[in-house]
Amino acid sequence: MSKFKKKGGNELPAISTASLPDIVFMLLFFFMVATVMRDNSLKIKNNLPSATEVEKLDKKNLVMFIYAGAPSDAYKSAGTEAKIQLNDKFADVKDIASFIAAERATKREEEIPQLTTALKVDRETNMGLVSDIEQELRKVNALKINYTTKKGSDMK
Amino acid sequence: MAKRSAPEVNAGSMADIAFLLLIFFLVTTTIEVDSGINSKLPPDIPPPDVKIKQKNIFTVQISTDNQLLVEDELMDIKDLRKAALEFIDNGGGTGDAKCTYCKGKRDPESSDNPAKAIVSVTHARGTEYGSFITVYDQLAGAYTILRNQYAERTYNRSFTEMEATYKDTKSSEFKSSKLKDKIEDVKNKYPRIISKAEPK
Repeated sequence: MSKFKKKGGNELPAISTASLPDIVFMLLFFFMVATVMRDNSLKIKNNLPSATEVEKLDKKNLVMFIYAGAPSDAYKSAGTEAKIQLNDKFADVKDIASFIAAERATKREEEIPQLTTALKVDRETNMGLVSDIEQELRKVNALKINYTTKKGSDMK
Repeated sequence: MAKRSAPEVNAGSMADIAFLLLIFFLVTTTIEVDSGINSKLPPDIPPPDVKIKQKNIFTVQISTDNQLLVEDELMDIKDLRKAALEFIDNGGGTGDAKCTYCKGKRDPESSDNPAKAIVSVTHARGTEYGSFITVYDQLAGAYTILRNQYAERTYNRSFTEMEATYKDTKSSEFKSSKLKDKIEDVKNKYPRIISKAEPK
């Protein structure tokens, strides 16, 4: 017993807080890096139209995104015609069915009816392409859609 | 020159500075929430053969050069909401189809009641998506106005406010079944029937 007492002495040694800034900086960097928005990798122009009757898309994990629009300046080689983008790649209308199937496979079965497809379409796209997308979605029975828009009005 | 040892910089406040930065980033990084107009596609089965009276259909056509043809007449986008409002709230029906809560003109040549009134949007393949959304937004807006008016008359509060309260986790009526019934009632009185025809 006395052996330990002697070692402790009268004063408690101060805990070194020198590494605390490092720990906090690590956390800081983690948050700075982790909050990168996915939209950076868009290969198309995506100037969304504005609307006033908007509803928020909650339950982010239950949303599938389909982008469409003309290829952006960096991807001029892909042509000027409006294209569909699924998961960072240009895609064809035919690929939508497999894309939806792949998305559904990652979800639990009871969540599938709640899945919403968000159409992020550039405002200058022709409706023909949007109709084609919708027809494909109807074929695979993905009926809940959301025309993603900015809040505001386009009325002059 | 005499050799002097450099005084040690006190790093004790470093942690506080880092914490301040951390909290700043935590608070300011709001992850963008997408919003948009919800819609439902019809299932991919042949539609049942139901006869719909022409007077119950409000046709809106958008041409390739983004012009509007409403009920076969050229119309400006500014007048669309009002025209749709009048059509939906007309309540010209008699007998079973009579609309007791409509405040419209009761023109027998226009829609019977809101549940029967169908707004049909047709567009060409070349129509711009932006103008389609504007039209769709205006039509959806007409329904919102009617729902708000009905809710004000019946429950003394607007429909938009009711829906916001229902979804608000902080309100006392969060997910309350009473409020839900009211919302459903308003929705049933003015169901949003906007049909989107395939382009020809």
